[in-house]
Amino acid sequence: MNTRIYVPADAAARSVGADVVAEAIVAEASRRGVAIELVRNGSRGMLWLETLVEVVTGAGRVAYGPVAPEDVASLFDAGFLTGGAHPLGHGVTEQLPWLAKQDRLVFARVGVIDPLSVADWQAHGGGRGLRKALGMAPAEIVAAITKSGLRGRGGAGFPTGIKWQTVLDTPGEQKFVVANADEGDSGTFSDRMLMEGDPLSFLEGMLICGLGVGADHGYIYLRSEYPDAERVLTAAIANARAAGLLGPNVLGSGKAFDVTLRRGAGAYVCGEETALLESLEGKRGEVRFRPPLPAVAGLFGKPTALNNVVTFGSVPAILADGPEAYAARGVGRSKGTLPFQLAGNLKQGGLVELPFGVSLSELVNEYGGGTASGRPLRAVQVGGPLGAFLPNDALVLPLDYEAFAAKGAIVGHGGIVVFDDTVNMAGMARYAMEFCAIESCGKCTPCRIGSTRGVEVIDRVRAGEDREKDTALLRELCDTMTHASLCALGGMTAWPVLSALDHFPEDFGSPGAAAEGN
Amino acid sequence: MTASSTNSASVRVDAAVVRAIAAHAGEAGALLPILHDIQDTLGWLPPEVTPAVAHALNLSKAEVRGVISFYHDFRTAPPGRAVVKVCRAEACQARGSDALVAHAEAHLGVGMHHTRADGAVTLEPVYCLGNCALGPNVTVNGELAGRVSPARFDALVASVTKEGA
Ligand SMILES: Cc1cc2nc3c(=O)[nH]c(=O)nc-3n(C[C@H](O)[C@H](O)[C@H](O)COP(=O)(O)O)c2cc1C
Ligand code: SF4
Ligand code: FES
Repeated sequence: MNTRIYVPADAAARSVGADVVAEAIVAEASRRGVAIELVRNGSRGMLWLETLVEVVTGAGRVAYGPVAPEDVASLFDAGFLTGGAHPLGHGVTEQLPWLAKQDRLVFARVGVIDPLSVADWQAHGGGRGLRKALGMAPAEIVAAITKSGLRGRGGAGFPTGIKWQTVLDTPGEQKFVVANADEGDSGTFSDRMLMEGDPLSFLEGMLICGLGVGADHGYIYLRSEYPDAERVLTAAIANARAAGLLGPNVLGSGKAFDVTLRRGAGAYVCGEETALLESLEGKRGEVRFRPPLPAVAGLFGKPTALNNVVTFGSVPAILADGPEAYAARGVGRSKGTLPFQLAGNLKQGGLVELPFGVSLSELVNEYGGGTASGRPLRAVQVGGPLGAFLPNDALVLPLDYEAFAAKGAIVGHGGIVVFDDTVNMAGMARYAMEFCAIESCGKCTPCRIGSTRGVEVIDRVRAGEDREKDTALLRELCDTMTHASLCALGGMTAWPVLSALDHFPEDFGSPGAAAEGN
Repeated sequence: MTASSTNSASVRVDAAVVRAIAAHAGEAGALLPILHDIQDTLGWLPPEVTPAVAHALNLSKAEVRGVISFYHDFRTAPPGRAVVKVCRAEACQARGSDALVAHAEAHLGVGMHHTRADGAVTLEPVYCLGNCALGPNVTVNGELAGRVSPARFDALVASVTKEGA
C-alpha cells in the first residue's frame, strides 16, 4: 500500500506555504520512485507548527513541522515515510500533549479526515447525529438541544434550544435555517477552520436544525474574506447532494433539506443577525428593530433559526452521544465545550477545544506558551473588537459566560488576543472607536457620529491640553453610545475603550486619566 | 480612448451584467450575488451596472446605488492591476501590523485606500482574515500570506513593483 501523507489545505497552513510543501513532497517522492498518497486535510490547530506534515505509520500518524519546502529532501533522507527521526519530528500526533489534553467534540474530525470525502467522514463518526435525528420527532430534537444547555457560540450566548423551540412553535409553511458564517471578530477563526476542515459536520448541524424546527432550506452567509472556505463548502455541498445527505430525500427519509451558499461583501455589522438577514435579502446591511425576533419573522419574513457555525457544529455530537454527555461538560450555565482560538502575540497560537471553566492563564500560558516576542504580557482581549481589554491579573478568570460578564468582559466567540508590553492601550482604545466608525451601519446617531467623535476625543486626551475635561467627555460619550445604540456595535464599543482607560491609564498620558468618573 | 475600444468595453460590461442576471434569475434576494458576479468578471462595478441591474430586478437606481455604497467590497472605480490588502485588526496589530502598513506604503509608494498613479497597485486595509495566530497578514490579489515580515512583503509584491518601475 502507498504511504499516506497528510498536508493541510487549511487557509492558515496555505498562508505559510503548505501548497508548496505538498508539491515538493510529490516531486521528491516521484524523483525517488516512492509511491505515496497525498491527502489535503484540515488543520490540527497547532498553527505555529504549520505546515504540519503527517505520515501514516504502523504506530499511528506521525507529525513533522513546521515543514518548509527546503526541508522535504531531508525528511525523505531521514525516512519520515516510516516515522524516522528528524529535527522537525514530534512523534505520534495524537499523543502530543497540546492535542491529547483537549476535549474535541466540534473539532473531533478536523485535521483528521479528508474534508471532502463523505466516506472518510462517515468512517470517523460523521452522520451519527443526523441518523439519530431522522428517527426522532421535531420536538424531541429541540428538547435534546435544550437539555444539552447549548448556548449560541456567535457571541451573545443565547440558549439554542429556546430559539429553536420558538421557530418550531411559530406556524408557517416556509421556515428557514441560516448559518452565520460572517466571523468578523479579530482573533477568531474557529468557524473558518471547521468549514474548511469538516464542512460535512457543519452541514449536518444545519440539517438537524432543519429537521427540528421544520425548515427545508438553509442559507449560509459566508464572509468574503474566506475564499478557501467558499471553495471547500461549495465542493462539500455538491458531495453531500451526491451522497443523498442533502436534497429532496435526505438519506431516504422522505424529508427534504438543501442549502444555498451566499457571500458577504465586507461589512462587519452583517455578522449581527438582523443586518445579516437584510443582506441576504439583497439590501443594505442595516440592523432591524426588534421585535419581531428572527425566530418569528426572519428571512423574507419567515420564521428563521439563525445560528453561528460553531453552534451548528456542536449539534451533531449532542444528538449522537446524548445531551447528558454534553451537559456534563463545562461549568455553571456554560455547558459543553468551546473551541478557543489563541491569537495575537503568542508563541503557540492555534485552536484548543476544551470544556468551559478552563482558566485564561492555562490557555494563554500553557497552551499558548506565553508571548511570541518573549516580552512581558500586558493585555488580553477576549471576545473580539467589542470585548474588554484585560490586564495580567485577570488571567485567573475561568472561561465561563457568567464569570466574564461579572467582570464587564465577554467570552464571545472564544477568540483570545494577546498583546505584549509594546502595546499602547490608548492607541487600542482609539482603534476601537475608529473600527466602530468604519463599520457602523449608520442607523443610529450615537454610533455613527459618536464613534467619530470618540476618535477625536481620544486624540485630545492623548495630546493632553485639558486631559481631565476630555476624559470626562470620553466617558460621557461612551455612556451615550452604550445606552442609545440599537445593536452591540455601538452599544459595546465602550467596553474596550473604557477598559483600556481604566486598566491602563498611564497610556493615556497621565495616571490621573482614570481617576475621573470612577 | 478610441471609439471602438469604448464600444468593446461597454459590450464587455453588458455581457457581464446579462450573464450575472441570468445566472441568478429567480433567486430570492439576488442583488448581492449579482453584484459579486459582475465584479468578479470586471474587477469593479462601472456606472452602467446600476441602471441595468435596477431594471432587471425591478428596483430603483437609488436602491442599487445604496447597496453598492454600503459594502466595503464593491468598487465604483477600477482597482490597480494588483490589489494588496494588509490586515489592521487587533490580533495582527499585536504582531506588528502597524509597522507593516507603514512599510507597505513606503515600499509600494502609495497610501492606504489608494491606487498608485501608474495603475499598478491598490493598497487597502482589511479587518481580519481569520489567520490571527499567524499575523501580520496580507493578501495579494486575494491570496493569503501569513507571518509577513517586511522582507517577505517585498518578495510577495515583487512582481507588482517590477511592473510599475
Ligand atoms: C456587530 C455584531 C457583529 C456580529 N458578528 C457575528 C458574527 O460574525 N458571527 C456570529 O455568529 N455572530 C455574530 N454576531 C451575533 C449575532 O447577532 C447573533 O447573536 C448570532 O449569530 C446568533 O447565533 P448563535 O445564537 O448561534 O450565537 C454579531 C453581533 C453584532 C452586534
Ligand atoms: S449601533 Fe451602530 S451598527 Fe448598530 S444599529 Fe446602530 S448604527 Fe447600526
Ligand atoms: S486580525 Fe489579522 S487575520 Fe485576524
